[in-house]
Parts: sequence; structure tokens; C-alpha cells
Amino acid sequence: MVSERKEIIRMERISKQFPGVTALDGVNFQIYKGQIHGIVGENGAGKSTLIKILTGALQPSSGNIFVDGKKVIISNPIIAQNLQIGAVYQDLTVAKDLTVAENFFLGQIPKNRFGFIDWKKMVQKTAAVLRELNIEVDPNMILEKLTAAQKEMVLIAKQYFKQYRVVIFDEPTALLTSKDTEELFRIIKKLKKEGVGIIYISHRIEEVFEICDTVTVLRDGKRITCIPISETDIDGLISRMVGRNIDDMYSIIHQHLNKEVLRVENLSKTGVFKNINFTVNHGEIFGLFGLVNSGTTKIARAIYGADRFDQGSIYVDSKNIRITSPSIAVANGIGFLPEDKKTEGLAVKLSVRHNINLSSYSNISRMGFVNGKLENQNARQQIKSLRIRTPSAEQIVINLSGGNQQKVVLAKWLVNQCKIFIFEEPTAGIDVGAKEEIYKILELLIKKGSAIVMISSYLPELMGIADRITVVYEGTQMGALSRNEFDEKRLLQLASGVI
Amino acid sequence: MIRGIIKKKATRFHEMNILLVLIVLIISLALINNRFLSFGNITNLLRSTSMIGVVAIGMTFVIISGGIDLSVGSVLALSSVIAAKLMVSGMPIFLSIIISLASGILAGLLMGIIIYEARVPPFIVTLAGLSVFRGIAMLLTGAKKVVGLPENFANFAVIRVFGLPGMAIVWLLIIVIGVIMARYTVFGRNIYAIGSNPEAARLSGINIRASIYKVYAFCGFTSAVAGILMAARLCGGSPSAGSGYELDAIAAVVLGGTSLTGGIGGVFGTFFGTMIIATISNGGNIMGVNPFVLEIVIGVLIVIAVVFDHLQKNK
Repeated sequence: MVSERKEIIRMERISKQFPGVTALDGVNFQIYKGQIHGIVGENGAGKSTLIKILTGALQPSSGNIFVDGKKVIISNPIIAQNLQIGAVYQDLTVAKDLTVAENFFLGQIPKNRFGFIDWKKMVQKTAAVLRELNIEVDPNMILEKLTAAQKEMVLIAKQYFKQYRVVIFDEPTALLTSKDTEELFRIIKKLKKEGVGIIYISHRIEEVFEICDTVTVLRDGKRITCIPISETDIDGLISRMVGRNIDDMYSIIHQHLNKEVLRVENLSKTGVFKNINFTVNHGEIFGLFGLVNSGTTKIARAIYGADRFDQGSIYVDSKNIRITSPSIAVANGIGFLPEDKKTEGLAVKLSVRHNINLSSYSNISRMGFVNGKLENQNARQQIKSLRIRTPSAEQIVINLSGGNQQKVVLAKWLVNQCKIFIFEEPTAGIDVGAKEEIYKILELLIKKGSAIVMISSYLPELMGIADRITVVYEGTQMGALSRNEFDEKRLLQLASGVI
Repeated sequence: MIRGIIKKKATRFHEMNILLVLIVLIISLALINNRFLSFGNITNLLRSTSMIGVVAIGMTFVIISGGIDLSVGSVLALSSVIAAKLMVSGMPIFLSIIISLASGILAGLLMGIIIYEARVPPFIVTLAGLSVFRGIAMLLTGAKKVVGLPENFANFAVIRVFGLPGMAIVWLLIIVIGVIMARYTVFGRNIYAIGSNPEAARLSGINIRASIYKVYAFCGFTSAVAGILMAARLCGGSPSAGSGYELDAIAAVVLGGTSLTGGIGGVFGTFFGTMIIATISNGGNIMGVNPFVLEIVIGVLIVIAVVFDHLQKNK
């Protein structure tokens, strides 16, 4: 069996450096005909970077890629597609307002002898492919009208139709129900039988065991191992994913105030999360941990009033508060730092001054008139204390670096003097130096008695700074560990649904 | 420097540029034709521009908030005929004006409510408003001009205060209100934030609903003010007044450096933009240039201004 394996792609000693970060460090990776190759690793391990290099979205700093033994340079996604490497999540040639059949033939629409579009041929051929894969979708349906699962199936079918040789699945089951997942696996197995090489990335370890033949483990940009799935088990895989030293970057002074500031009772939202219960004390950093789509973000957004919830109560300082919009949350001293700062946290066309005061204007105004003196004072003070690197308070935020933009969002909530801060992936996408500064700010906040609810999918960070961690899996609270019980393996098991 | 004149650099830069263009334009016209700077011509220019000038101020706020208001001309006509009809029916002038202004605010508010609550794009809602309010104005008047206004009211069109036409004074007043709102109020700050990034504004705890209501209500208000000026100038309420004003106002706003994608812009820019367009038409007329040529010139100027702005920003 092994001797028959025909290699399609070989990636050799691939490295990728970003400013301040080594995302990949000499990684080797091969994919063979008819192989389902899983890639696992924690957030930041380098999975996405590896895939982006393979699909032409990023260029490696060093290393080579061979297709059929020939060296290639995949300088853009079109070249990847021409090499018949496809990724389900990023099909460039999808027109969501056209029919399934039109999408299959996009760019090579068949014509009849009069030079008009040969609709019949298009629909028949598309139907044949869909039938072959047992996908029950009408070729005449508009793509946009399909369910998420159907869309995904259609995209896979299209790659099959285009005879792609390597198909990449990045968290393909994130939006699927378990029935749809079964359906997906059936199709993946069919692709495998046709000799397609499949790269399968998932946070759900149990899936990797269900579908993959081989698994590569990445950690901190390095390949830890590449072994046949039959030679390991869930525990073995998780131990290989973990095993890092926690830096003293996270050494912050913890506070121990036993006074409740936030209590969440039986918070539920149908199909998203159910019966969420926890309390957070003054001066505490409370971690909410879960893998992709576990519901942690949705829980946080519900508490903040950014999204609606169906049931449950929220108490601030033991007072029941009906939070139906962010403005009510802000009025009750809750601040929210969203993960996607640029799209949700900042008004990038406006000045640093304006952004810093964005949520505080009602506090620094009288009869609707802004007190310009206080406004400037706020901005100057925050720029100084957070060391925001900007030429002046009037600088437009879009001109600042990522780390400094992050600080501006933070400053917005510091000015507002919130007592509860909800931080969603506060250090995502910023370099190590800026991370450390952010941790120092968190330390300062709890010293003043503020409470922090921190959502992070990066476990070492959360373990480094949280006082307690509650783990969420598929919208259900799996358990809570306090600081002295923290165990990376145990937390990952809980987050994977293993009790 | 007076505190509060702190503004976004890009806008100030653009405002200075456009002011420069205006000054150069006025000087060259004055040099070419000495009639241009005559007292009579300038007061006439200000008087005839005041209505579009007022409308453009309300439009500026709507566009900064990331929206658009195509209904301004129709709201203008509706308020104009309401004021005229009330006065003709014998209602006191002051009360008629108040009711007319209220109708403009109500029209704007109504559109604001639909835009926010039903999440219908402002373009669509105000396009419908353009049709509906014009229709109501026509129905109210049987498509005929309402005449027989009290003399005291009609005199307003020719009244002068310190030598300035009364209509220009009203325009000036609206500009002052606009500048104060944009620079010194929470409402102004929130409108810029919403226009720059509505989701970030919402997640910062800004009350989007109230802001959207207010901004369209304010635009309705300025349209109504222009409608009352129009009634005075025409000596009657014309249901067809102000047609095409939406595009003229948008042109003035854009020429003044306000970004159609929202978040950037200002009242002074719009004032300068309005004046440039008016000066070109007026100067051209004096010199006997074909008015169609002037329209082409204005169109080209708008494109140049926006392209120039983009080049500056991307540098």
C-alpha cells in the first residue's frame, strides 16, 4: 500500500516570518493521492499560514513547494487553482446570485451552435455531478438561497467537477449539524476514492480520528510529528499539541477581592448557548475558553447587549439589569473590546481624540454640548499612560499601527471608567511587545478593582493571566477550573467535549 | 487657537483648498467683469443661492452619517405650500412658519424611522419620499401655485439687515447652527462616528436610533426653512419648487469635501462648495456664457475636486 502512494504535493522546509513573529519554522508537509491528511494544532500554531502559502495567499520566507516533483512558485491564488489546488472556504469563482449550474461553468459557459448559452448542457452536466456525489440540490437554484451546508456541498462538488487534485478543508464542519457532517464525510470519502488528496484542518479532534488517515501536528510554527492516525489516540494527539513553557510574560499581580460585580444566570439562546451561569468578582480576570464556534463570543456579545438572548438574567452589583442594547450595557459600566477592532471597535476615519472619547460623550457633555477641554484632557491622558504612538491626538486612527489601534480601543473603555470589561481576543494579531503592554494594562485595571471577562482561544495566554477559566463546548458550560487547577490538557479535553 | 476648532486634518485641508478655489474664482471674475462684484449682483447672488445653501447644510449631516436624502426638493415644496396655504387661510405668519417647519421635521423624521427600524437603505426610502412628498404638495394645491400671501411675509424676500439680504441672514444662521452641531455637540460627534463605522459606534454604546432620527429630521428641517424662503421669494407656494435640488445639494456637499461614504466632511466645506457652483453660474451668466457650458464646467469641477482629494489622501 505504502509503495503505491503517489505524491502530489511536497512542501519542504517552509518558513514564514512576520514582523516580530515566526509563524512557520522549517515545516515539511506532503500530500498523496487519495490521502486524507489532518493538520492539528492550537491557535497560532501555524495551520492557517501553511494553508495560505499552499493556496497562494501568502508567500513563504524560505522553503520550496513541489507539485508532481516539479518545483513551483505559487505567487497568487489563481496559480494555485491552475495547479488544481482548491480550498473549500475560499473559492474565488463563486457568484452567489447565480445558479448552481452557472457557478459550475463560470468562465467557460458552453455555447450551442447559434452562439447562445447552452443551458440544457450546463444543467445536465451539473445535475450529473451532483447525482454522482448524491447531493440533493437543484442545479437551477440560486447559490445564495441554499443552506450553509448545501452551499458547502455544492462548493465541494464544483471542485470535484473541476477535477481538483488537492482539496483543502479548513474547519468544514464549523457551520454544520451532525447530520450534515456525516453527509460531508461521505463526500470527502468519495473524493478520496477518486484519488483526490485531501487536507483536513479541524479543531474537533474526534473528527480528525473519524476521517483522516494521517495527521500532522504543528506547535509554535514547528512540525512536531506526522503519523498515521492508527498509531495515536485523542490523548496522545492533545499532548503533542500542548507542551509549551508559559513565559513570564504573563506574570501579573492577581487581586483577591471577594465582592461580586457581575452575575449571569441561566443565559440561553436557542441553538447557540444554553444555561450559562457564572459570577465574576471585582479585581478578577475571568476566562471564557472555547474552540472555534463554541459560543464563547456569542455569550459575551449577549451580555453586552450586542446580540439578543432568549432567556436568563444579568446582574451588575447584584442589581438585575435588562441589557437590550450596548448603550444600556455602557450605562451600567460594562465595556466591550471586540475581536475585530477595525470593523467593530474603531471609527478609523476619525481622530485618536474622537475614538478615545467615543463612548464617553454623555459623561463629558452638558445639554448635548461636548466639553472640549475634558475631551482633549481624556485623549492626552490616555495617549500618555498607554504610550499610544501617534504624532498627535488629531491623527486619523487608520494611520496608526495595529498595536496602537488596539490601545486606542482600550483607551475608549478606560476613559469611560467601566467596572466590567469584556475582552474578546485582546491580543489577536499584535506583536509580542504590544501583548506585554496589554497585559500590564489588564493588571492595572484589576488593581483598581475592575473585573475582566476575557475570551480567548489561545490557551497559554488565558492560563497565564486568568484567575478562573470556564470552558464552553457547543454552547454548553463544560466546567470551570480555578488558577491552581489549570491544566492545559484538561482544558483542551473539556473544550473538545471530553468530560 | 480657539479650542474646538480642532478638526480632522483632512477636512480642514480640503476646506482650505476649496476656499482657495472660491477666492481665485471671485477675484478672476471681478477682474474680467467689473459688474460681478457690484453690490447689486452680490446680494442677488446670495439671495438666489440661500435656498440651496440651506438645503445643502442638512444634506451635509445626512451624508456624514453615511446616508443620503433625495427627498429634500419635495419636502421643500411641501413645506412651502403648507406655509402658503396656512397664510392665505388667514393664520398668523409666525404660526404658519412654525407649522411648516414642523411638517418638514416630521417628513424627515418619518423617513428616519423607516430607515432605522426597517433597515431600508436611505437611498430607497428618500427616493420614495421624493415621490410621495411631491405628490402630496401637488394634491394639496391642485398642482397650482398658491398665491395671495400677506405682504409682510412676501416683503421678507427683499428685506435687508445691515445691507445683507434677509434670506442670506437665514442661511448664515443655519450655517452657524450647523457648525455648532458638527463641532460642539454630542450629536455631531455621534453622527461622524456612525458614518465612519456604524458597528463600532453601536458597540461603543452610541444610541444609533436617536442619531438617525435626528439627522433626517434636521435635514427635513433645513428643507422646510428653504421652502419658506422659496415661498417668500416666489410670493407664493409652488408645488413644483425645488425640483432637482437633491442633486444640486449633493454636488455642493461633495465639492465641499464631504465623503459620500460617510464620516468625513464639514459645514464650511459645503458652504464653499455651494458658493463655487453659484459663482460659476452667476459669473458665467454675466459674461454671457452659454448656461449649458456652465453645467459642463460644474460637472468637471466636481470630478476634479474628488479625484484631487483622493490623490491627496493616498499620498
